[in-house]
Formats: sequence, structure tokens, C-alpha cells
Amino acid sequence: MTVPVTIRLQQADFDTAQEIAALSAGRTDIGAVVTFSGICRGGAGGDAISALTLEHYPGMAEAEIGRHAEEALARWPLTGLTIIHRYGRIEPGQNIVLVVTASSHREAAFQAAEFLMDYLKTRAPFWKQEEGASGTSWVDAASHDDAAAARWTKS
Amino acid sequence: MKVVYFAWVRERIGMAEEIVDPPPAVRTVADLIGWLSGRGEQYAYAFENARVIRAAIDHAHVKPDTAIAGAREIAFFPPMTGG
Repeated sequence: MTVPVTIRLQQADFDTAQEIAALSAGRTDIGAVVTFSGICRGGAGGDAISALTLEHYPGMAEAEIGRHAEEALARWPLTGLTIIHRYGRIEPGQNIVLVVTASSHREAAFQAAEFLMDYLKTRAPFWKQEEGASGTSWVDAASHDDAAAARWTKS
Repeated sequence: MKVVYFAWVRERIGMAEEIVDPPPAVRTVADLIGWLSGRGEQYAYAFENARVIRAAIDHAHVKPDTAIAGAREIAFFPPMTGG
């Protein structure tokens, strides 16, 4: 059976409960669903932000996320996968990204979701710009994100 | 070939995309960065720290020593910060 895979890039918000329902409706082979939601932080004090603007590379973003989805399907026995990444202006408290993984058992679903998020952070062509009291600035890549992605590389 | 820029690389260069026609001696991604850097102050500024610049050819990540022959679209951008 082909594993249902949904990948969407959109400006609009998403509904996590609806995405889980869409993935699992009418099926009895799914024993575990893991979701990860990435949400815009407001920051505090001098780091407070009023919004994030996410720029992306249309075409490559879909292709790169698709490659990561294929790799996740090859590495874990998933029975369903949904990845949604928003772009445009996003305010604190709003959703940025959603990963939903389904499997017969929890281990694969947990691991695949973590793998996908680590790769989305370091390999998917998106860039965050923060709006704060002192104007706008591009967010620097975090070295701990590179380290998190590197641990999935087979040696 | 078409070259596209994103995030602060795009801002520093002052445009999102352009068509370029580098000479045959420009063979790799790193060569192209060097050649573009010589085209003006804004390019030199965008590529001043070439080590941090990421590149993609036809929507796939590539390394600096990748050949650019046959590329339709080459992208330059900072390290990614999505997710």
C-alpha cells in the first residue's frame, strides 16, 4: 500500500486536529500518531519580537521537503506523513510548522518526526526575519541545529 | 544561466534574480561566487564571507566545488533558519 504523504507550503494557518483526523480517518492500521508544532515565540525583554517573516525558495522548498519525506519513509515503517510549513508574516503564538507522523508503533513515529524537524531546520530553504523594537533582523542559524541534524547521518 | 538570491544575500545584492553569462573559466560554484564578487560593491558585500554562503543548483543543495555546467538555476542564500 502506498503511504499517504501530504506536503504543503502555505501562508494560511493550519488546524492540527484536522490534519491528524485527515491522516487517520477510516484506517485501522495506525497505532501511533506523533505531531510536532513549531510556534512563533514572542521573546522577552530586549529580544521581544512583534512578528516573524518567513522567506522561502519556491520550488526548492517543496523538492527538499519531499526528499526528506522520502528518506523518512525509507528509514522508518511509517503509515502516514503530513508536513506543513507556513511562509509570510507570522505573529507570536501563531503556528509556523507542523509534522505529523503515523505508524503502527510509537517508536518509528517519534523518531521520524524528530528526524524531519532536524532536517527542516537546517536543509529546507526558509529564512526567518524578526521584527522587533529596533527594526528587522535576519535570524542567525544555530549551531545546535546543525548538530541535531548531523546525528541522523549514518557513519 | 539564471541566478537567484534569498534573505540577506538578496538584500545586499539588491535584487532577487538575474541572468548572467560568466566566462568559461568560471567552472564551479566557488568560481561563480568569486566572479560575481568582482561585479560590484554590493556583490562583494553579499559574498564577503563566502564560507557561510549556501548554494543550490536546480533546487538541490550543492557544495562549492560542484561544476555549474548545464545548470538552469543557481541559488545563493545564507544558512537556513526554517522549522
